[in-house]
Amino acid sequence: MKRFAWWSLLLALTLLPAHSLAATDFPKGPITYIIPFPPGGQSDVEARMQQPYLEKILGVPIVVNYMPGAGGALAWTKFAQAKPDGYTVCGINIPHIILQPLSQKDAAFKTDDLKPLCIFESTPIGLAVKKDSKINSLKEFIEFAKANPGKVTVGISGKLSGHHMASLQFEKMTNTKLTLVTFTGAAPQVTNLLGGHVEAIWGNSSDLVGYQTQMKILSIGTEKRMDVLPNFPTFQEQGLKFYPRIDRGVAVPKNTPADITAKLEKAFLETVNMPEYHSKILQAGFVPMGLNSQQSMKYIAEETEIFKKLLAEHNLLLKQ
Amino acid sequence: MDILTHIALGAQVIFQPINLLFCFLGVLMGTLVGVLPGLGPTAAIALLLPNTFHVSPVSAIIMLAGIYYGAMYGGSTTSILVNIPGEAASVITCLDGHQMALKGRAGPALGIAAFGSFIAGTVSVIGLMIVAPPLAKFALAFGPPEYFSLMLLGIIILIYLASGSILKALMMFVFGLLLSTIGMDAISGTQRLTFGILELSDGVGLIPAIMGLFGVAEVIANVEEEIKRTIISTKVKNLLPNLQDWRDSIWPIIRGSVLGFFIGILPGPAPVISAFSSYAIEKKLSKHPEKFGTGVIQGVAGPEAANNAATGGAFIPLFTLGIPVNSVIAILLGAFMIHGIQPGPMIISKYPDLFWGTVMSMYLGNAMLLVLNLPLIGLWVQVLKVPYPILFPLILLFCLVGVYSLNYSLVEIALMIGFGVFGYLARKFQFEMAPLVLAIVIGPMMENNLRLALVISQGSPMIFITHPISALFIFITLFLLISPFVPWIGRRRQKLQEKVEGEEV
Repeated sequence: MKRFAWWSLLLALTLLPAHSLAATDFPKGPITYIIPFPPGGQSDVEARMQQPYLEKILGVPIVVNYMPGAGGALAWTKFAQAKPDGYTVCGINIPHIILQPLSQKDAAFKTDDLKPLCIFESTPIGLAVKKDSKINSLKEFIEFAKANPGKVTVGISGKLSGHHMASLQFEKMTNTKLTLVTFTGAAPQVTNLLGGHVEAIWGNSSDLVGYQTQMKILSIGTEKRMDVLPNFPTFQEQGLKFYPRIDRGVAVPKNTPADITAKLEKAFLETVNMPEYHSKILQAGFVPMGLNSQQSMKYIAEETEIFKKLLAEHNLLLKQ
Repeated sequence: MDILTHIALGAQVIFQPINLLFCFLGVLMGTLVGVLPGLGPTAAIALLLPNTFHVSPVSAIIMLAGIYYGAMYGGSTTSILVNIPGEAASVITCLDGHQMALKGRAGPALGIAAFGSFIAGTVSVIGLMIVAPPLAKFALAFGPPEYFSLMLLGIIILIYLASGSILKALMMFVFGLLLSTIGMDAISGTQRLTFGILELSDGVGLIPAIMGLFGVAEVIANVEEEIKRTIISTKVKNLLPNLQDWRDSIWPIIRGSVLGFFIGILPGPAPVISAFSSYAIEKKLSKHPEKFGTGVIQGVAGPEAANNAATGGAFIPLFTLGIPVNSVIAILLGAFMIHGIQPGPMIISKYPDLFWGTVMSMYLGNAMLLVLNLPLIGLWVQVLKVPYPILFPLILLFCLVGVYSLNYSLVEIALMIGFGVFGYLARKFQFEMAPLVLAIVIGPMMENNLRLALVISQGSPMIFITHPISALFIFITLFLLISPFVPWIGRRRQKLQEKVEGEEV
């Protein structure tokens, strides 16, 4: 009897710390969901859409917090040092989390400091010209760019951004040279295109959807035509294996225990795979994705290799 | 009619209970800061901005705009009753307004100030409705070279109209431009002057700067000097101006409204300048100019109408081009961006509810102000009696909480305190704050547009002259630059300068 008590005490002692970290117990309190961008942006809108489902599945409040700055780098730098206990998760954007550590001196995080739980959505990038432009197709655009090397102005939003990379990849694939005009966001980009100040723009599908009557979208970076842009072809249709896009997902700090990661991963995947979530995302001009943690990590690793090479070719890689 | 459907849309927005509430809160806060000397609309809007994060952008803008024009009403109250201008735009109202009060006619003075402001507010809202939408369509013709030239012109006007020394205004502006180069360079993506502080990579925050310059600095400066408060103790009665008063002031009000509206469109401290110009015009047109300063009602009606109309005019460049003309509008621009609305020519067509809702709210807000101001005058006088040892620490607390709640960043708190100390010292040496604040906002826009224009033109600066709109702005800029050497204009400016002693907005 006495021996049994001793054994059970010992057993309890050894189990106690392990138990407190075990997945069955998690989560015990509110989870903070960091958005690395200002309120009202797409990342925020989606987090707010996920919030009620996550709260239902996990049974704890989800607190959405904003930490905008440096195109996301501020939040990711801080988040990389956060306590890896699963109580803080953070939205991630690709290629941002790949490009920033590779090319920006002040971005003090590494891509693999952020362990993705899932990648839930992708924003295809398209090439668009003004409605009354003399360019009518991707083919004509490439011919025009070849005839006027370095003279065709194309608006992008942000340097070392998804648009910038898309443009560099496009130039390489089509053997052209474009002049990039860097605007600070989608609105000035669109305004300058419609005002005729730039020849073309690289635009996010979600931004192009609202202006499809005022522009000609020459190509869009999906494999199949988008339902919200039925009249506009893909790059693939026109013989270019080119799928420029920006992806959104969510991550935990690198050293978060596997069982907690798994629980969060499951909750997020369940949420973003709901049909009503899909239809909302599709309508706004995005493509729903549901990559799990493993797939996301593989995807990010592959993309990292591609961008590393591309940055090196243009001498944009940070000297380590 | 097109415009009627838009008005209906605006009405639909503003009559939602939440927006009515925010409109009311805005004008209430506006009147309050207008009444309180030492706290102007700029600081108030900056203080309240973080509290608008969780409401819709329309409600937020409606409230923030309400603070702006509400302050113009409140400012006149203290000018008339206490001879302390609640904010700079009401400085001129002291001249005749307080004299009227001393003669026992405080009621009609307050009444005509409120009615004049209401009429002017109405005129400027109608002007905004008529002018802004077509201008926004035209604004599509504005590319990088046009924007750059326009901003260049704007700065020259701003400095030209500076109330103090031109040289000091220019120095503050250039200092602001230097500050605005901190952070990530939007064109090349490299970090500049951040010293490895990631918080600085988006540049020096506008809100910490404004809270420091207008909030903290103002408090320090006010602690130092003892404001004499001799409140007219007799009860204010007869708020309604009589028929003779109306006859005397209706034309000054109309002239002031139109003048204020157009001056409002120009960059610079429009409410201040328009009030002074209106006073000067009324004095010139009067058959008895010698009576000005002894308590004539025209001297209250015209300037009060003008400073209110100017607030409406100032929204035109904001909604059509996304360019701020003064520090209040600069914060509103910041509010747009915080709420995910990219300012520019597309605002009116892309967010019609925002534009028309705000416009209609201004109309309704003016009506609310009339109600708030006339019967509640006694209450505002009581507010004036809140002891400063209670008020000032509260303002400081609000500044600290306000800045921290933006990004939870201690760096920004440090920045705010730095700006506060700097602002205090600058004030001591009679430097103006407005050029500095505007430079922080406009600096990155100017730099970007200059460089984008040159990217588009493959490096040729001729793009600024070959584009006709841009060439026109450059031409006017050059004209203004040489004009101080033309004696007639130089004298005028000097006259205006002598009168204007205001320091804010």
